[in-house]
Amino acid sequence: MVLEKDNILVARRIRVEDRGFVILDVGNFAVREGEVLSIIGPNGAGKTTLLQNLAMLQKISNGEIVYRGKKVGSGISANEYRRSVTMVFQETLLFDTNVFENVASGLHFRHVNKGDIEKTVLSSLDLFGISHLKDRSVRTLSGGEARRVSLARCLAVSPDIIFLDEPFSALDPPTHESIVTDLGRILRGSKITAVLSTHDRSEALRLSDRICVMNGGRILQIGTSGEIMNHPVDEFVAAFVGAETILPGVVGKTSDGTISVDVGGQQIMAVSDAVAGQGVVLCIRPERVALSVEPRRDSTSERNSFKGTVSEVTSLGLYYRVTMDCGFPLTAFITPGSLTRLSIERGSIIYPSFKATAVHVLKR
Amino acid sequence: MDLIYEGIKQAIILIFAFDPEVMGITLLSLKVSGTATFISLFFGISIGTLVALTQFPGKKVVVSLINTGMGLPPVVVGLFVTIFLWRSGPLGFLGILYTPMAIIIAQSVIATPIVMGITLASMQQLPKKLRLQTLALGATPLQSVWVLIKEARLPLLAAVMAGFGGVISEIGASIMVGGNIKGYTRVLTTATVMETGKGNFEVAIALSIILLVMAYCINYILTHIQQRGRNF
Repeated sequence: MVLEKDNILVARRIRVEDRGFVILDVGNFAVREGEVLSIIGPNGAGKTTLLQNLAMLQKISNGEIVYRGKKVGSGISANEYRRSVTMVFQETLLFDTNVFENVASGLHFRHVNKGDIEKTVLSSLDLFGISHLKDRSVRTLSGGEARRVSLARCLAVSPDIIFLDEPFSALDPPTHESIVTDLGRILRGSKITAVLSTHDRSEALRLSDRICVMNGGRILQIGTSGEIMNHPVDEFVAAFVGAETILPGVVGKTSDGTISVDVGGQQIMAVSDAVAGQGVVLCIRPERVALSVEPRRDSTSERNSFKGTVSEVTSLGLYYRVTMDCGFPLTAFITPGSLTRLSIERGSIIYPSFKATAVHVLKR
Repeated sequence: MDLIYEGIKQAIILIFAFDPEVMGITLLSLKVSGTATFISLFFGISIGTLVALTQFPGKKVVVSLINTGMGLPPVVVGLFVTIFLWRSGPLGFLGILYTPMAIIIAQSVIATPIVMGITLASMQQLPKKLRLQTLALGATPLQSVWVLIKEARLPLLAAVMAGFGGVISEIGASIMVGGNIKGYTRVLTTATVMETGKGNFEVAIALSIILLVMAYCINYILTHIQQRGRNF
């Protein structure tokens, strides 16, 4: 049971309707002080609407938001609350001026003196590694640079809570990776409470303490990544978070860049520089899992081999998806020819294996 | 052809001789139309922004009315301003018919819907979430509106050009409410009409050249500001 005082923000009975359609219907939603909470769900799940309501950017006709024990609107004014929090949108929404002025804008609104603005802006730019862009017009920025400026602009106001709506969308893979890494480092370092929405599970797993799964304007489940991944409350959450094998675990032994990760009592070998005791998330793409009806004889420490029971076989058109239980859930893709040759069906005993290098390790 | 050639030659001599009458007319035109443009900017931008950023029943009706107002015929404005300022009219007690003030009022009425319509369109083309972003950065509602106006400054400069261009070249209202009184309410357009009527083509051409050059210079300056930093 989480005590009320641990919650920095509590939203109650937030309901948004548009022409008879329920866009958002959240009974009770609490954010804990200092945590990073991810909201995941498909497009149209109501993630953006929820964030905009929590940030008090939309007039809420019913329900209430309580910030540090004070009800917004009576205990604390909406304007005052908006100056304690901030929000980064999916679009960068930069103002048509230079980078410095963009990052300074929130401070100008608060009538901060010039010297302090300069100091704060420079340190915020430095945090995101974009000090060299200070005098550039925002029209000349690349997508990744603009994204960094929009993040730096919001962090410059030293928010108590930051709401991030799909902060990593529409970026090329290397830029995406570096911005996720930087934001994760900054959030951990600053102790800012963050609520971010994403449709990418791996982003959520890497950055957050807790995950909230939404669909159709409702919150389906909220809990730690382990709870969400291993104990989904319903089929929707399971389908949404379990389409690929994603396994949270803890690093046990390490040697020469190879780590042994404890996942539900089973040991999975992977290649990573993670250290013993560190929390990791293992991602195994289904096409990299090989299936056999007999135990492999060439089994080495570089290769993960397990014994499992087939729990489900699904046709995906060109190939089949085989889900099995090996003490942890594992999914593999297999061609129709192999399916017939190995005579795999529900309940079959099977020996899946995959290389240590096939395991993608995300550090927590 | 001689008529045109001689006309232009005489016109240039008139301009460079700094003929006091021609100069007086030019300055009055600038003063009257400039003031009217400023007044229209004040009302046009504030009301246009308000209409753009608020939701209310009948908004579509109001927007169509503003858009219709952008094409308001100056003679119609002249007629109604004359009626209002007529000695027995509702504002007759002011006694300002046939004064530069009357022309300023009429031209403001013409330019305001133009500025309002362009303001409305340019505010509506800003991303809808931009206002939310300013609020999320801690802006008060007033600070937020100010940022949005600054963001729309390029199309708003078009509003200034269109408003000024509309009134400096307008004649119907100026002649009706100003009366083309020599040395008092005679502006470039009314003077051009009169001189043409009298057959003084060289003076008319001189006035036209001044009108064109003036319109060009002001638009050049505004365009320069508008296109600054644009490389596409």
